Amino acid sequence: MIRVALPQHLRTLAGVDGEVRLDLQGPSTQRTVLDALETTYPVLRGTIRDHGGGERRAFIRFFACGRDLSLEPADDPLPDEVASGAEVFRVVGAMAGG
Amino acid sequence: MSGVRLLVGTRKGAFVLTSEGSRDEWDVDGPFFAGWEIYHVNASPADPDRLYASQTSGWFGQVVQRSDDGGKTWEPVGNEFVYDGIPGTHQWYDGTQHPWEFARVWHFEPSPDDPDTIFAGVEDAALFRSVDGGHSWEELSGLRGHRTGEQWQPGAGGLCLHTILIDPDEPERMVVAISAAGAFRTDDGGETWRPINRGLRSQELPDEDREVGHCVHRIAMHPSRPDVLFMQKHWDVMRSDDRGDSWHEVSDNLPSDFGFPIAVHAHEPETIYVVPIKSDSEHVPPDGKLRVYRSTTGGNEWEPLTQGLPQSHCYVNVLRDSMSVDGLDPCGVYFGTTGGQVYGSADAGDSWTAIVRDLPAVLSVEAQTLP
Repeated sequence: MIRVALPQHLRTLAGVDGEVRLDLQGPSTQRTVLDALETTYPVLRGTIRDHGGGERRAFIRFFACGRDLSLEPADDPLPDEVASGAEVFRVVGAMAGG
Repeated sequence: MSGVRLLVGTRKGAFVLTSEGSRDEWDVDGPFFAGWEIYHVNASPADPDRLYASQTSGWFGQVVQRSDDGGKTWEPVGNEFVYDGIPGTHQWYDGTQHPWEFARVWHFEPSPDDPDTIFAGVEDAALFRSVDGGHSWEELSGLRGHRTGEQWQPGAGGLCLHTILIDPDEPERMVVAISAAGAFRTDDGGETWRPINRGLRSQELPDEDREVGHCVHRIAMHPSRPDVLFMQKHWDVMRSDDRGDSWHEVSDNLPSDFGFPIAVHAHEPETIYVVPIKSDSEHVPPDGKLRVYRSTTGGNEWEPLTQGLPQSHCYVNVLRDSMSVDGLDPCGVYFGTTGGQVYGSADAGDSWTAIVRDLPAVLSVEAQTLP
């Protein structure tokens, strides 16, 4: 079971409170987590990753276990603590502007 | 009793303002989609309860919201806007070529007779259509594929397709406008397009007869006379009597012919409204006075409309999609400002009141006449 924390606007859009919990079949990677998230909440398609190529949107970042995973390859395994549900995979709207 | 519904898009959400036909008391609902930029909300002429809203964010991209109950409840529909084929490039600010990239929907134009058919004008400039109530979108790529497409260059707000006019007599004929490419017309339902910019003069262009490159801010049309078009250009208020084949200037005695919106009276096709703005470098009303100007002669002779509008220390802007008219008699005229006011006139502009004063910056206003 993977725990995912979404920024407020995406929680509102998806109609969820608090963390999202996803059951994954197979390896836990950024791609499989986001695929499962978008399958469960289709309204999130295009809001975290672009349609088509699936590139992370410029002002979205991924954090877990105190690390910025945003630039890690999408198919690399996530940390064991994320895969086990001990740690949360955080989707973050980057601070921008002023 | 008939009424009016104002669909207001702002920098921080959408608002729905509703009044009975007297238009003297308004209910304010919202914000819907709080915190998101709502570029435009528009209603289907065929089903007044069918609304579409463009919800956008620099972080989270584009969401399209649809309501089937006049804005009480909403559901997200399709947000996949994919350019047809290999997108190619257009001209960037510095003159280099830049890949076509979807950013947001600026304007929705529902079909006059089918609530499930709707056109979307987007940035980077392209025209999309949905025939399933917004669930899926396809590009009418004949526009972007025009031989001049590589020459199109963004205005300060982006390379946006912001105006879509459908000829009520011949729905295969449509006019669109793009900043800063100009105006284009199709006579075959969007398959092929041609620039309609003859007569426009843009001092920034060395070639004054240039086919494209004109910063058209808004075009308006009265449904009873689709051959006549009125344009607020970056500078200049223009008129065409031949569906855009040629244009001539009708600015005359305006205090400034720079501005963004232009609208036509619902029952008098020669009565038009603009909001003069001082200049493209300041984007505020001249002399700190917020004045709507009305011409009842189709241009050239303009009168200021000031009653109820601030006539000192006013430095708001009125954006291109932020003015609209209702279909009641007398005609109601409405506009929103970047200061968050929505002003309304129930007497065709003679007098104004602030319906709301402190919304987020207003991006768009659509007036819907309710049965």
